Amino acid sequence: MSQASEPRDLRLTQLEKIYANGFTAVHPLDLVVPQGSFFALLGPSGCGKTTTLRMVAGLETATAGRITIGDREITYEKPYKRPVNTVFQNYALFPHLSIAENVAFGLKRRGIKDTAKTVADMLELVELTAQAGKRPQQLSGGQQQRVALARALINQPEVLLLDEPLGALDLKLRRAMQLELKRIQTEVGLTFVHVTHDQEEAMTMADTIAVMNAGRIEQMGSPADLYDNPATTFVANFLGQSNLIAGNVVGEDTLGGDPVVTVDMEGTTVSIPKARAHVTGGKGWVGIRPEKVLVAPAGETLDAPGNHFTGGVIVDTSFIGVSTQYLVRTAWGQEITAFEQNTGARGVMAPGTAVDFTWRPEFAFLLDASQDASAGVDVGEA
Amino acid sequence: MRARRWLPYALIAPAAIWLFLFFLIPFYSLLANSLYDPKGSNLTGYDVTFHFGNFTHVLSKYWPHMWRSLWWAAISTTLCLVLGYVLAYTIAFKTGRWKNVVLVLVVAPFFTSFLIRTAAWKLILADHGWLVQTLQSLHVIGENGRVLATPVAAIAGLTYNFLPFAILPLYTSIEKIDRRLLEAAGDLYASPIKTFAKVTLPLTMPGIVGATLLTFIPSVGDYINAQLLGGTTDRVVGQDIESLFTTTGDYASAGALSVILLVVILAMTLFYVRKAGTEELL
Repeated sequence: MSQASEPRDLRLTQLEKIYANGFTAVHPLDLVVPQGSFFALLGPSGCGKTTTLRMVAGLETATAGRITIGDREITYEKPYKRPVNTVFQNYALFPHLSIAENVAFGLKRRGIKDTAKTVADMLELVELTAQAGKRPQQLSGGQQQRVALARALINQPEVLLLDEPLGALDLKLRRAMQLELKRIQTEVGLTFVHVTHDQEEAMTMADTIAVMNAGRIEQMGSPADLYDNPATTFVANFLGQSNLIAGNVVGEDTLGGDPVVTVDMEGTTVSIPKARAHVTGGKGWVGIRPEKVLVAPAGETLDAPGNHFTGGVIVDTSFIGVSTQYLVRTAWGQEITAFEQNTGARGVMAPGTAVDFTWRPEFAFLLDASQDASAGVDVGEA
Repeated sequence: MRARRWLPYALIAPAAIWLFLFFLIPFYSLLANSLYDPKGSNLTGYDVTFHFGNFTHVLSKYWPHMWRSLWWAAISTTLCLVLGYVLAYTIAFKTGRWKNVVLVLVVAPFFTSFLIRTAAWKLILADHGWLVQTLQSLHVIGENGRVLATPVAAIAGLTYNFLPFAILPLYTSIEKIDRRLLEAAGDLYASPIKTFAKVTLPLTMPGIVGATLLTFIPSVGDYINAQLLGGTTDRVVGQDIESLFTTTGDYASAGALSVILLVVILAMTLFYVRKAGTEELL
C-alpha cells in the first residue's frame, strides 16, 4: 500500500481455467492491470470474465498460470490471505449484521479492534451514515450496493474486484452509480478490476478495457481505441454498432501523407488508414460506425472527401429525438445504418428517398474477412 | 363476500375443536389432579381441594429424579446438537446427488417403533454382546464393566432416539444459507473457522434453537430409555409420574409432578429462546 517505489501491478501470466467437466472457461491469458487504474473486463455472459475475476479473488483455482501483485505471487493463496476484496454481483451482505458491522467485518477479522472511526468515515464516503444501525434487508438496492462497496473498500485492498456490481440496479440508478464509482476510485486511488457485460458501463468508467469472448481476450485498449479501431468483428459489433461491408484489398497508397490500404468495395476504391487495417491482402470487411456515415438526398453535396457512393435508398427512418437513425439500402443491395444528429440543418428524410452517402476515410477500419460479420451482435445479456 | 364471512371460522374449527378436546380438557384435568385432596383414592374418588401441599410434597420427594431428568436431557441434547450439526452440515454441503438418499436414511428409523428400537439397544449393549466385550478387551471399561443399566446407556438411548429431530431442523437452516455469503466472508479475511463462527453459526441459530427444543423437551419427560437401558437405581421423573398414575394410583402426586415438570420446561424454553434472540420462532 505504501510501496510507491515499485509498482504493485496485478499481473496474470498464462492464466488458464479448465473445469472438471473439461470445459475451458479461460484460455491461457496474459494481462497487466497497472496499479491505481480502473480496468474493465467486458464480454457477454459465459465469456470467462467472471471466472478470471474469481481466480484473482481465490474463489476459483487456476488450472495453470500465475497471478501476481507486484512481486508477490498469489496464484494458490487462500482467499482470506489475499490482499484483494470483491464487490459481489448480489452484494452478499451478511443479513444477521448491521450495516456498520458488515462494513467492519474485514477489519475485525484482521484483528483491528477500534474500527468505529474508520467505519464512520467509510459510511460517509458512500453516504450511508444514517443507515449504520440498519440491517441490509431494510435498505434499497442502490444502498445495499454502496454497503458492499464500502465493506470491500475499507480494507484498502491492493486490488478491488467488482463482479457486475451494477447489474441488479435500474438504468437510472446504474448511471448515477457509474459516476459515483468512478469518483470513489479516483478519490481512493486503488486498482479496480470491473467485470461487466455492459459496454456503456465499461466505456464510461474504465481507463482500459479488455474485451473477452469465449475464454479469450479479443482486444485490449482504452475505450476510444477499442471503439475507433476494433481489431475483430466481435469487438466492432459488441462495442457499439458497425457497418461491415465486404471488399478486396487492392494495395497500399498514401493519402494526405499518411499510409493507407486501398480496398475495392463493390466497384468503388476506398482507403483505410494503415494503422486500422487488420488485414493487408485478400478479402476484408470494411467497417464504419453508423454515426460516421454521412447521408444526403441524391445529388446534394456531401461534406466529406472521397468514398462517394450513389444509388442508395432510405428503407427505414427512426426518429430518436437527439438523432435520427436511417437504414439505407446501397446500390449493391446491402443495408447499412447511419446516425445523423438532429442539428436542424435539414429535415428528416422519409423512407424511399434516394440518397448518396459517404464517410471520411480516416474513420474506416478493415477487418479479417474470415471472421463472422455478425459476431458480437445481440449477445449482451443472456 | 358477505356469505363467506363464516369461512375463516369454518377453516379454524377442526383445529380449535381438536385442541379443545385433546389439549384444553386434558390440561384442565391435569391441573385439577394436581390440586386433589391426597386422601382420596381411585375407589372413593377425589375432591379438588386446592391442596397446594401436593407440590411441596412431590418436590421434596422427587427432586433428585427431576434433576436427573433435566441433566440427562441436557447432555443428550448437547450430543444431538453436535452430532446433528456435523451430519446436517455434511448432508447440506457435501453429499451432492446423494443428499436425498442420506435424508431418507436419517428418517428411516421412524419406520420401526420407538419401543422396539430402544429394546434393540439392549441387545447391542448387553453384557456379553460384542460391543461390551470389545470395550473390555480394549480396557475402555473394566473386566466386569458393563454398559447396559448405566446412565451412559440411558443417555446414549436418548441421544439415538432424538437425533433425527435435531438433524432435520438443523439441515433445513444450514441448507438455506447462501453459499455466496461464505465466499464473501472468506474474501473478507475470515478463515474457514472464523467463517463458521461469524457467519454460518449465527445464520443457523433458528435451526439450533428448533433442534434444541425438539430434543430437550421430549427427553426430559422420556422414561422409556431410563426404563429399558438405564439401571434400576437411576430413576427419572418420567418413571415416577408413570408409576404414580398407573401403579400407585396417586393421581394428586402424579398431577402435581407433571405440572411442575411442565412449568420448569416452559420457563427454560422461554429463557433459552430469549437468550438466543429467536423470539420469532414462538
